[in-house]
This record gives sequence, C-alpha cells and structure tokens, in this order.
Amino acid sequence: MKLLKLSRGRLFPALEEPLAEVSLEDWRDNPQEHADATALKISNDTSLADVKCDLAGFSTIILEFPAFKDGRAYSQARLLRERYGYTGEIRARGDVLRDQLLFMARCGVDAFEFTGDVDGANAAMSEFSFAYQPAADDLAPVWRKRLDRAAAA
Amino acid sequence: MYRYDEFDATLVAERVSQFRGQVERRLAGDLTEDQFKPLRLMNGLYLQLHAYMLRVAVPYGAMSSKQMRRLGEVARKYDRGYGHFTTRQNIQYNWPALVDVPDLLDDLADVEMHAIQTSGNCIRNVTSDQYAGATAEEVEDPRPYCEMIRQWSTFHPEFSFLPRKFKIAITAAEHDRAAVKVHDIGLRLYKNDEGEIGFEVIVGGGLGRTPYVGHTIRKFLPKKYLLSYLEAILRVYNLEGRRDNMYKARIKILVNAEGIEKFAEMVEAEWAQIKDSGIDLPREEMERINAYFAPPAFEKLPDQSEALEEKRASDKDFARWLRLNTVGHKTPGYAIVNISLKPIGGVPGDISDVQMEAVADIAQAYSLDEVRATHEQNLVLPHVKKDDLYAVYSDLEKADLATANIGLVSDIIACPGLDYCSLANARSIPIAQRISERFADIDAQEELGELKIKISGCINACGHHHVGHIGILGVDKKGEEFYQVTLGGSGAEDASLGEIAGRGLSSEQVVDAVEKLVGVYREHRQDKERFLDTYRRLGAEPFKEALYEAA
Ligand code: HEM
Ligand code: SF4
Repeated sequence: MKLLKLSRGRLFPALEEPLAEVSLEDWRDNPQEHADATALKISNDTSLADVKCDLAGFSTIILEFPAFKDGRAYSQARLLRERYGYTGEIRARGDVLRDQLLFMARCGVDAFEFTGDVDGANAAMSEFSFAYQPAADDLAPVWRKRLDRAAAA
Repeated sequence: MYRYDEFDATLVAERVSQFRGQVERRLAGDLTEDQFKPLRLMNGLYLQLHAYMLRVAVPYGAMSSKQMRRLGEVARKYDRGYGHFTTRQNIQYNWPALVDVPDLLDDLADVEMHAIQTSGNCIRNVTSDQYAGATAEEVEDPRPYCEMIRQWSTFHPEFSFLPRKFKIAITAAEHDRAAVKVHDIGLRLYKNDEGEIGFEVIVGGGLGRTPYVGHTIRKFLPKKYLLSYLEAILRVYNLEGRRDNMYKARIKILVNAEGIEKFAEMVEAEWAQIKDSGIDLPREEMERINAYFAPPAFEKLPDQSEALEEKRASDKDFARWLRLNTVGHKTPGYAIVNISLKPIGGVPGDISDVQMEAVADIAQAYSLDEVRATHEQNLVLPHVKKDDLYAVYSDLEKADLATANIGLVSDIIACPGLDYCSLANARSIPIAQRISERFADIDAQEELGELKIKISGCINACGHHHVGHIGILGVDKKGEEFYQVTLGGSGAEDASLGEIAGRGLSSEQVVDAVEKLVGVYREHRQDKERFLDTYRRLGAEPFKEALYEAA
C-alpha cells in the first residue's frame, strides 16, 4: 500500500506519516478525548447533513470505498467540497482501483491509499482529455469549451 | 441526427484505447477474470453461456445508414454474420472473441458508435420513441434531451457505481412507445395549461422480480432544469439506495420503501441546493444540440400519392403491409415505415449482416439516411416518401424483411433465454418461434388485431413479460423448463402489470395455452376491442377457466 497525493493532475507518492485518526462516532461521543485528532473518518452510510461539526478542524477526512461497486463516497466527496466547503485533504481508503482514480479525483478526493503502481495510476489519470459534466474539480465541462471556442471564433 | 464534434470523438477514441489496454492486461495475465469483470462490464462485454456477448449502444435507437452498414460489417467480420436488436434499442453480438473486441470497438468508433453505458451499475443508454421527429403526435422532438442526457451521464464521476443499473426513457407523445412508466426514470414531455413545454418526471418504475409502475414526483419540470433535477434524483439514489441485496437495489425499492411523497421531498430538497449551480446546460448549448435535430429537408408533396394508391389497389400483400407496418408522418406525402424483425418462425430481433446492409441502402435511398431501433425489437425507417413506399417494400421483400405483422400476435418480444443466457431458467426463443408458427396465418392474425406477447426466460424480465398483454415467464421446476403465464399487462400509456394466471405450464402446453386465451377473446370481444380491452372488461376468470379446464 502506498499513499498517493494529487497535485496539478498528477499523483505523487507521499510519505506516510501516521495520522491521528478518529471516527465520527468516537469523536461525537467524546470530543475532549480526541482533541489531538487530525483526521476524521466518515463511514459511507453517514448522511453529511447530520454531521454538524467543524470539519475545518481536521486536516484530513477519510472516506471509505469498501468495494469497487460501492459508490456512496463519491457523492460524499462532492458534497464535502461543493456544499460543506471542506478544503483539507480528502483521502480514499479501501478498494481503490486504478480505473477509479480519475472519478474519485473529479469528485474531490486528493489522496489515495493505493496498492497498484504509480505509473499505471498516472496513466489512468490522463486517459481522458475532457469531461462532459462539471464536478468538484476545476475541469471545465465540454459544453463550456464549446462556448468558449464559439465565442473566440 | 447528432454528429460528434472533436470532443465527442476524442472521448470515445480514448475509451477504446483505455479498454484496449485493459484487454491486453487481461490477456497477458496481469488481470484476473475477477479484476477484469468490472472493467469489461463498463464496456458492454458480458460473459454468456457459450461466449462473450458485446452490447453496442444505439443512443435512443437512432442510426444513420452509415452506422447501420457498419453494424452489418461488424457482424460479418467479428461475429457469425448476425446481430440481435434488444428491448433497449441496442444491438448485441453473441460471438465476438475477446482479443478482437478492441478492434471491433475501433471500427464502431469510426462511425461514432460505442459500447459505453450498456452494462454495469451506471446510467444506461437513454431510450426514446422510435417515431421521434417524424410523428405528428409529439409536442416536441425528444431526441435533443436524450442527447443532453447521454453527454451528461457519460463517464459521470459520481454516478458510475450506483447501487444498480439505471434506465431513463423519454417520450413526447400521448401514445407512449418508450414505456416510460416502467423505467427508473420516465420523462414525459408535454405542454401544460400555460402553454409551456416541460417534463413530467416519473420515478421508480421497473420490471425484474419486483415490478412496479412508476410514480410522478414532479408534474412539471421546466426543460432548462433537466440535468440538475436528474442529478438530484441520482444523488439521493446513490446515497440512499440499498446495497446489501442486489435484488433490492433498484430505485423502485427505495421509492416504495420511503413512500413516494417522502422520496419526492428528498429529491426536491437536494435539487433546491443544486439547481442553479452550473449543472444545467446554458441556452446556447441546448440550442446547439437542438440544431442537430432540426427537421431534415422534407419535400413539399401532396399528401396523396397516386403511384401508391395504384399499387395499393393492385397488390394485396403490399396493401396489407401498408396497413400493418406503416403509420402517419407529420409531413404531408411522407410515411413512417416499420421493419419487422419477427418473421414467422424466426428469432425475434435477429438480423443478418446482409440484411443490415440492405436496410442501410434502403435508408440511404429512401429515408433521408435514418434508421431507428424500437424497444419492441424491430426497426423503423422514419422518413419515407409515399411515392417511394412500393420501392421500399420491394427492396425489403428482397431482403426477407417485409413481414407484415407489427403489433400482432407474431410480433413477439423474447429475451435470449436459455439459448444464450447464463441466468435463464428456460428457453424463450423456441417458444416465440412456435407461437409465431402456430399463428402463421396472416389473415387470422390481422383479424385478431393488436396482441402483445412478451417472453422472458427468468424473473429478470428482460423480455418485459410483466407488461405483455400475454406474458410468458420461464421458471425452473425440479430441473425442468416450465412457463408461467401472466395476463393483462401493458407498457404503454395505460401501463399495468400482468396478473399471474395460475400454475406453470410445460413447454408443450404453453403454445396451446396462448391459443385458448385467444379463443376466449374471440368469443367475447365487442366491436373493436383489443385482447387487452376484453381482458380488462371481463377480468381474469374466463381466461383462467379456459386455460385450466380439464388441462
Ligand atoms: C443475455 C444476457 C443478459 C443478461 C445476463 C441480462 C441480465 C439481466 C438482469 C440480471 C436483469 C435484472 C436487473 C434488475 O432487476 O435489477 C435484467 C433486466 C433487464 N434486461 Fe437483461 N440481460 C440480458 C440480456 C438482455 C437482452 C437481450 C435484453 C433486451 C432484449 C435485455 C433487457 C433487459 C430489460 C429491458 C430489463 C428490465 C427490467 C428492468 O430493468 O426493470 N436484457 N437483465
Ligand atoms: S430474462 Fe433472464 S433469461 Fe432472459 S435474458 Fe434476462 S436474465 Fe437471461
């Protein structure tokens, strides 16, 4: 397992410093005891609307991808970025496959606990030049590019 | 028709090269079948009983003659010379070799086709009315909205790993040929009392083992909010849909568990947060897409064609084909032609390479280059001049494609069943063939009128049996193939789910059973009643009695 971090569209292996992790449930039960925690684990059946805590106090939020088929955390990542304004690191943990990295990144994930090779991961990140729809990244959707081009012509 | 620009073309080409890499990794042994499975399933490649099966997308059923010709070439080059049109307006190839699939996909990409969104738990290929842009019934052409949804949903980063597959259908006509009430989302374009055109949004319909007719969650959605509203529905479903049991994972289960009002509230609350956040297309892009579907250059013609009337009077078979297989066009002097893929004794939906090329030639010569696939596993030539109908008929006849039986008892929908499918309990195709042979007499068929028989080889209901006027479902009884008959279903605007008639029948009995049901109808029908109307008027009893008397 490696930790890969996203920077300007590319993935780089990062030093794995141990995180001071706490699950949302434990932290809610006893915030004092977990005052030093820097990473909050949110399970993928948690409704973010019910979290009601200061997310900005954590430098990392860990989202679960327990099996490749279980795509709930894609929505959670987008909501964290787009609705709850979270700007810290969002880390994907679990069954993180090469061919899903790009989707995760588009939803706002910027750190990946990944078992495959780094070159393959970067190849997968650059397999598509465009996207049709806006998401949590800053990629302009195809329709925006079409408009810009029409305006320039 | 929509044409790719460089962005569309690049994305499809990149998808093929991504998949080529994945196939190479599989063939080199770097990926196990288990690891490869989700990847191939994102590219329409299934593993069936005997071989791989590739499902190719025909977005909303619309093809150019060039694309149709290529589908024929692909059937010859990579398959055994035929393809199979499905109930989702797609085409399947039953015998491609894995190593050839990337080349096959390249050949398709050349003509702006692909296998994206034809499998996996994503938003599937959107389906629509096969008469779109040609029928006077519609308030507006639904295809631009299909295309907008196609683009928005393609490689959607948030919605590619949903609890289960997700099917959207759109109709813009009163008469619903897209079965919108039995889809995960059905959209009905209509004009409201204020004269504005927008969508009725229907959610939670579906077939499979727990069939439901969908519910309306929004009476009127302005067109410009189409994508943000869909995004809200999909987000609620992605987060809340069940994932513990794949048989309870479709949105219909969530909708019914929450209750339709609660579900609608959840969607509206989500939508309120995202509706003006830049998901919806700007007006210019909607107009750009709309422009591709502007009516083609129809000629100004008198509505009556003398040439046609002469032939109609002199050729009885042609006259019948006209009656059964053609319908009115919105433009004077034109007609919509249905091509039946249900010859007597044939495999529903199958078409050979040579036939596909013949259809392509005919469409090029006589239908402004367009062909459509229908959810009833037939094809349509949407824009044929009445003056040309006889020529079209003659050419179709040469290609063995002039069967006149649209909507009749031999126009049967059947899933692949045990002949191909690893999930099947029973064969579907031979049952369809035998029913069609039993009712081969075309005069008798025509006299019977509209009668929709739909056959599925197992409870997954790929053959839509729940919405057949007569539905036939393959069940397994101690290792033997048995068939359960359902009655009174409909997938159209009067949607209803069929009721089980009684205990299962053997494959010998099932064809007789259809004949008995038809007998009851013949005896009791009034005026112009269809089988379905008589059934609805009388209820199940007389039909059940006939089925099980002394049997
Ligand atoms: C041959 C391989 C096929 C396999 C393994 C297969 C598998 C399945 C499964 C598992 C379902 C149930 C999904 C659910 O309820 O969640 C289903 C539903 C369905 N399939 Fe297939 N299918 C196959 C072929 C076809 C074909 C050839 C058609 C079209 C003729 C088709 C059209 C459908 C439709 C329309 C449903 C509908 C019900 C619904 O989704 O509500 N399938 N299929
Ligand atoms: S209904 Fe069953 S048997 Fe028929 S294709 Fe679908 S899964 Fe296979």
